[in-house]
Amino acid sequence: MERTINAAGVFEVAILQVKPAKGRYAENLAQIGESFAQLAIGETTPALVVLPEAATTGYFLEGAVYELARSTEEFAHDLATTWRVACGDRAVELACGFYENDGGTYYNSALYLRIAGGSHEVVHVHRKMFLPTYGVFDEERFLSRGRRLQTFASVLGPAAILICEDLWHAIMPTIAAIKGARVLIVPSAAPGRGIDGETEMRSVARWREILCATAAEHGVYVLYAGLTGFEGGKGMTGSSCVVDPRGTIQVQAPDLGGCIVRGVVDLREADLARASLPLLGDLNAVLPDLLLDDELPLPKGRTS
Amino acid sequence: MTIAEVRPSYAAALHGPTINAGLAARWLVAFLHDELVERRGIRRAVVGLSGGVDSAVTAFLCARALGAENVYAFRMPYATSSAASLTDAQLVVDALGIHCRTIEITAAVDGYLQFEPDADARRRGNVMARTRMLVLFDQSAKLGALPIGTGNKTERLLGYFTWHADDTPPLNPLGDLFKTQVWALARHLGVPSGLVEKAPSADLEADQTDEGDLGITYARADAILDQLLQGYSNAQLVERGFDPADVALVRRRVDSTHWKRHLPTTAMLSNTAINEFYLRPVDF
Repeated sequence: MERTINAAGVFEVAILQVKPAKGRYAENLAQIGESFAQLAIGETTPALVVLPEAATTGYFLEGAVYELARSTEEFAHDLATTWRVACGDRAVELACGFYENDGGTYYNSALYLRIAGGSHEVVHVHRKMFLPTYGVFDEERFLSRGRRLQTFASVLGPAAILICEDLWHAIMPTIAAIKGARVLIVPSAAPGRGIDGETEMRSVARWREILCATAAEHGVYVLYAGLTGFEGGKGMTGSSCVVDPRGTIQVQAPDLGGCIVRGVVDLREADLARASLPLLGDLNAVLPDLLLDDELPLPKGRTS
Repeated sequence: MTIAEVRPSYAAALHGPTINAGLAARWLVAFLHDELVERRGIRRAVVGLSGGVDSAVTAFLCARALGAENVYAFRMPYATSSAASLTDAQLVVDALGIHCRTIEITAAVDGYLQFEPDADARRRGNVMARTRMLVLFDQSAKLGALPIGTGNKTERLLGYFTWHADDTPPLNPLGDLFKTQVWALARHLGVPSGLVEKAPSADLEADQTDEGDLGITYARADAILDQLLQGYSNAQLVERGFDPADVALVRRRVDSTHWKRHLPTTAMLSNTAINEFYLRPVDF
């Protein structure tokens, strides 16, 4: 899984905060293509472009999810084609949320795609593990849970994808970091709640707390791509951002409205952050003892 | 030496829900623009101006979202309506520079009620409310506009509205704001102070006030509703300092009006029953 990264370890990244029209897959891909073209103005393109959860369909689909879900191969083809039409043969890596149809089993997934020359390669697919099914959310009524959290070799080095609520469970980024991730990619669709917040919706403030705390605890970059726009009265809170490994927001989009967020990932920062606050190293040392605790509800019996 | 002790306080709960009015205004303006212009391709809004604070706030939000030239207000008095309601509605029109037309509903309402001379005040009020909505929808069709609802969360929860009248417009910016939050939003938006300060009234009968009808002030009702919706029991609300009679009144009104917050109950006979099995979001 090791992959050569550039010598300096410094990469330009971009996050497309999109506002899809509900259910209009082709139209939304075309809109994304226009943003891709904007990224290709100039001599360099970002090494990685991240898009939100359900970026090509909208988030709240109910039963229409079965009409709009795509196989990984089909979605990869469509996304790669969109990139090539907009940007020609420029190389890039893309992370994008979509509803996946895997032979009749449906997931809320995110694809990680490598495009170079005339070809593309599916590097990784993460299937959302924590499906919110409470209050305004109803994911598990329509979708199946992902079962594995894996890291993979991205252009930025070892990375993991966590979709929306996946990140709200602290054990998820913890496991990703233990498995070597230095970059967390977080496609999200977060409807805003809490109109009594001081300067923003309370749910936006809560997200930022989690994003910054996660980055600082594990010394990782967090690339958060939030869907924006209203879906049946529910306003998606955008606020896409790049959080550095010290837990500081490097750049952030507004909550409402489409936006291209450009940031820089400097892996030397991750090294320095982990040196100055070695919580991940401490955890690696203590984790075996924690997991030996008989009172933990861990699966038993895998002795052979 | 004694040291300071700190204990939790429920005082904030007694004060009721709060709001960042600037944030709410920005959010609701974006909501209206997204839903009208971007999703539906409609640039005009129709608002029934009653002279009360809810419709005034709605008109202010629509003017921000669409421009005053695209907001069409309608005053729809009945013979017994208060003259002050017309005057107060005019203050909103003048403040915003929106279009305004007055359409008397007396003839239409009486055209039906002449056959029902024994109709009580509640029935007469419902006929007026439904007639007003008939006017708003027809005017929307004429103008290529969308009618915008003005109902707030408090009256929705207490069932204090006419079913399939006040609740029928396809967009409702205030439906998740308690009445006290609407007042705060009104002050922020610059709604004429007379409308914000006066006693709310459905103006269906002479000298009628909402709080008189409900038997509780909006301030007390909102504080209880805010807690009740978070799952607290009557006993817990009383523990927090609310009056037991107020709590019981509010709980009773909420529990007896769930049906008013739903579409009609449809007999399910298949595996494809609409909104039971066949599920599509409103914006699909």
